[in-house]
This record gives sequence, C-alpha cells and structure tokens, in this order.
Amino acid sequence: MNSWSRFNIVSVVLGFAFLYLPIVLLVVFSFNESKLVTVWGGFSTKWYVALFHNQGLMDAAWVTIRVALLSATVATALGTMAALALTRYTRFRGRLLFSGMVYAPLVMPEVITGLSLLLLFVAIGFDRGFVTVTLAHITFSMCFVTVVVQSRLLSFDRSVEEAAMDLGATPVKTFLEVTLPIIAPAVLSGWMLALTLSLDDLVISSFTSGPGATTLPMKIYSQVRLGVTPEINAACTLLIGFVAIGVIIASIMTKRREVQRVRDEQAAFAGR
Amino acid sequence: MKSLGNIRRSFAPWTDPDAKPFITFRNVTKRFGDFTAVDDLTLNIYHREFFALLGASGCGKSTLLRMLAGFERPTSGEIILDGQDIAGIPPYKRPVNMMFQSYALFPHMTVESNIGFGLRQDGMPKNEIAERVTQMLKLVKLEQFAKRKPHQLSGGQRQRVALARSLAKRPKVLLLDEPLGALDKKLREETQFELMDLQQELGLTFVVVTHDQEEAMTMADRIAVMSHGKVIQVATPAEIYEAPNSRFVADFIGDVNILDGKVSANGNGKIELAVNEGFTIRTTTANGPTTGSAAGFAIRPEKMKVTRAAPADASVNAAQGEVWDIGYLGDMTVFYVKLDSGKVVKASMLNAQREVEDPIAYDEKVWVSFGETAGVVLKD
Repeated sequence: MNSWSRFNIVSVVLGFAFLYLPIVLLVVFSFNESKLVTVWGGFSTKWYVALFHNQGLMDAAWVTIRVALLSATVATALGTMAALALTRYTRFRGRLLFSGMVYAPLVMPEVITGLSLLLLFVAIGFDRGFVTVTLAHITFSMCFVTVVVQSRLLSFDRSVEEAAMDLGATPVKTFLEVTLPIIAPAVLSGWMLALTLSLDDLVISSFTSGPGATTLPMKIYSQVRLGVTPEINAACTLLIGFVAIGVIIASIMTKRREVQRVRDEQAAFAGR
Repeated sequence: MKSLGNIRRSFAPWTDPDAKPFITFRNVTKRFGDFTAVDDLTLNIYHREFFALLGASGCGKSTLLRMLAGFERPTSGEIILDGQDIAGIPPYKRPVNMMFQSYALFPHMTVESNIGFGLRQDGMPKNEIAERVTQMLKLVKLEQFAKRKPHQLSGGQRQRVALARSLAKRPKVLLLDEPLGALDKKLREETQFELMDLQQELGLTFVVVTHDQEEAMTMADRIAVMSHGKVIQVATPAEIYEAPNSRFVADFIGDVNILDGKVSANGNGKIELAVNEGFTIRTTTANGPTTGSAAGFAIRPEKMKVTRAAPADASVNAAQGEVWDIGYLGDMTVFYVKLDSGKVVKASMLNAQREVEDPIAYDEKVWVSFGETAGVVLKD
C-alpha cells in the first residue's frame, strides 16, 4: 500500500509542479545575471542590491508595511468587538441583520468594495492617500478577524468570566485579565490574517490610494506593465521568503504547544 | 427522647424563634421570558448553616444560587444578606463567593495566581496575598502544585483549587454549584466529609446546589427540596426522609411505597386508613385528615417486614402477597412483593448475617407487615 507506484510518483510530481513551478521560476530568475528575464545568464545577487537602491520600490514597501500594521491592528480591535457583541448579546434586535452585514465583505467582490469606498471618499471630499488606503484595508479585513475570533468565543466557557466577577473583578478588568488572555491566540491569528490580506491587496488599494501612498503590490503591478525586470523577481522572492518564514514559525509554535499540552496532561495523570 | 432519624443535632437555629436569618429570600420570582424559573419563593438560611438546594434539573435551584451570587436579578422580591438587600448589587461587590460546577479555573494562570485572583482585585498588599495563598494551598493540601497550570492537574486537584480560590477572600457565604458532580464516586465520598469539616472549621455559611440526594443528605444541616421554582419542603435530612410533607418529597427522596385509601377512623393521635389494596393501616399521626377523606400512606422499603408466617395481629398493617422479584444488593436484599390486589410493593431487609437459614424464594406466599410508626400519612 505504501510503496511508490509509478502512478503515485507522477501525480505527486505533476501536482507539485503545477503549484510551485511558477514560484520556482520566479525565485530562480531573481538570481539571474542577465537583464533578460527569460534567458539564464549565470548566478548573481546583483538584483537584490539594485532592489535596495530602488527608492521607488523601497518607499512602496515602507508604505505597505505601515498600512498593514496599522490597518491590521485597528481591524483586530474592531473585529474582536464585533465578535464579542455577536456571541454575547444573542438577543438584541437586528442581530441577524448585523451578523449578515459583518460577513458581507467576505463575499463582496473586491472591485465593488473598492469602488464604493472610492465613491464615499470622493463624496465627503476626503483627499486620497495613506489614510484612505488604511481605512479601506480596515474595512475589508475586519470581518476576517470577526470570523476567527467568533469561532473561538463560541467554545468559550462563560463561567470563567463569571468566576472573575464573582471574585471582585469589574467587567472591564474581567475582559482584560481573563477573557482577552484566553482568546489571545485567536485574536493574534486574526491580526496575522488581516496583516497578510493588507500586505498583498491590489484591487482595493488601487481604488482608494492617492499620490504618495503607492503600496508594493501596486508598484509591482505598474512596473510589470512596463516590462518585468529581475528586480521585481527579487522583491517577490523576498516577499515569499518572509511569508514562508512566518508560516513555518507559526506551525512550529502550534506544534510545540500541542506537544507541551500532551506532556502536561500526562504529568497531571501521573501526579494524581 | 425520641427523634426522627438516627442523628442528634446540637446546631438548629431554625428551631429558635429569636434567631435572625442570615440570608432571606422574600417572595422572590425570576422569569426568563415566559418561563418562570423561581416562583414567589420565600426561604431563610441561618449563619454557619450548611444548606442544600435539592431538585431535578430545571427546578430553579441553580437560578436561586445565581441570584445569590448576583449573576441574575430577581424579577420581583428581595434577597437579604446579613441585613442588606442585595438584589441590585453587582456580583463583584457582593461578599459571597461561588465554586462553579465546571470549576471555571483561569486556564492561563498558575494555581497560586488563580487562588490569589480575588485578593488582587481587592488591592491587598503583595506579601499578604502570598501569605493567604500559602495558607489556602495548605488547607486544600496542594502546596506542591502552586506553580502548575490548571490543565496540569487531575480532576480532584482542580476541584480543590476551585474551592481554595472561592474561600481565599473569606466570603460571608460560600455558594457551591454541584461541587462534587465531576468527581468519581470514591473521591466524591471523601470530599463530602472534607467539605463538612472545612465548613465547621471556618465557621462559614455554605449554600450548595445539588441533584444528588445522597450528597445533600450527608452534608447538609437542612435541605430545601425544590420543584418547578417552588420550595416543597425545608427540613433536616432526617425529617425530609422520615416525615416528607408531600407525595412529591416522599417520592423524590429515596425509595417509597405509596398506598392510597380513605380515612376510616381518626382519634387519639391515630388514624385508620382503608387502602385500595384491601387492608387497613393504623398509624400514629399528629393531625391527620378527617374521617372519610382521601389520603395516601407512604412507607419506606426498609420499614416493612417480609415473613412467611402471618404477624401476630394480621388485622391491621399486614397484607399477603407473593414474591415477584428479589434483588440482592450485598448489604441488603430487596423483595418486590405482589399483593393480592396486584400492586407490587418494595420491602428491603438488611443482611446482618452472612448465612441465612432457608431464605425466602421467588413466587413464595409471604406476608408484608409494618408497625404503627413506620410510615407517614400524606394529605395531598
């Protein structure tokens, strides 16, 4: 059963090739000596050096990072609050409508979200730039945080909060000292999700951005239209590297926690 | 002096008309939408009492406890604790603490910070908190587990942490919601007595909610039997068992045979009952129902005798039947006797001897009989 049949090998190779060939090509050609993207001219890291001297790309990267950090943080705060309201106050009027409306951006085409935000900013005469991009990113990433945090809250034992209040903690202290630390992993993964979504968003950013607030995806896209340079390949390779490192760290942490939990449980039974 | 049950109590403030109740529920009603969880309930609990609220799930006992803790507000009526109406006070300002059924330990804190949580909320100085926490750990014998997290503890240890945490603030009243529900039988029995000792030692008032009658009988000074949001009877365990005030209580606590009939004579503190099973019951009773009225008679299985020979006076409190079923439980044997009328009654006999000469067999003709003080008359 476990032996490698020819069929198995072929399907694995084909599957992985389908998934990763484009990315591998991109990474390989980022180390290309030649200026031509599709012709191999020997190994070189010169495009990475050039990348760090490309002021336009570096500025765009800096904007992207600031937008992502700020929007992810605000979206996490708002999304967590929405999740709390939706799970805790199950009887308020219009709950169904509210929960439906919080989830709507999940399935809303990005073009529509982007366009409606653009119309809003134009209507109220808001100059487009860093602030509008950030606001737009908060808008579309908030609901993802809500989904993640809400699923954690559904399995949350309310009596823990009651116990805190019973022991003299006010509702605010109960939230800060008991609820928040317990749901922190979910809040953190909501934040990570919002951060990732903001980092690679192109459509909504294009609608809501203005001069001086070009994000990295926008910059890359506009440069590609003028022709792909190995510099872009280098930038993308770095991005892939960051994402890969993040994913690996997150999975190692999850794995470690799981192992720790199992060990703790064994200790508990042994120490009984 | 004769008293109900094989127990003598020195602590009985409820019999003293001058004693002031520590907790009073006065005409308390709690509704959730159309559902009435607690229905116009009035109840007194005394200082240092171990009080049990007993009932099936949904009878309102937990709601009553949660109102005392402050998690629910009564729809109407007042709750007085130590002379103060606490109905409107939020839970974090009440001098009561609760031990939760799920223990509700804070999973992200160690055992010692769990226990010290309430003290930190009060702004107690650090060294005093440490001292009190050590004292509490010692009380529940968990000194070596201070640095552990709740998930590194066994069920019994978690229960102790929950107990220590709820006692750390030295509350005026400790509320316990099914405190032993999650423990296995052996641990439960040990812990029952530990809780009782602790309550004695600390001189606290305990209010415990339970659906386990054995637990309530063992631990409590008094039990309130509840049903559908009302208290049916409040009395000591012995009174509840030996003198239930209603068919519900008689049936709810322990095993019982209930025989229905009509009162045929009443006088001199005794009444006679012609029961539907075709025999006469004569029993002592304080003020039984009047002649001619319908009444029930409740008798516990262990108060009935099963014999082959007819009792000396077979004209009252004796009926014939045949053995329908026998259950051997080790400490006792339960006989299900089908009376001539067709009703099956349950009688149990203590197995005080290891060897029995010619025991009663299935399908044998037998007599069941009992004394004049063996059962109680039920008016409802």
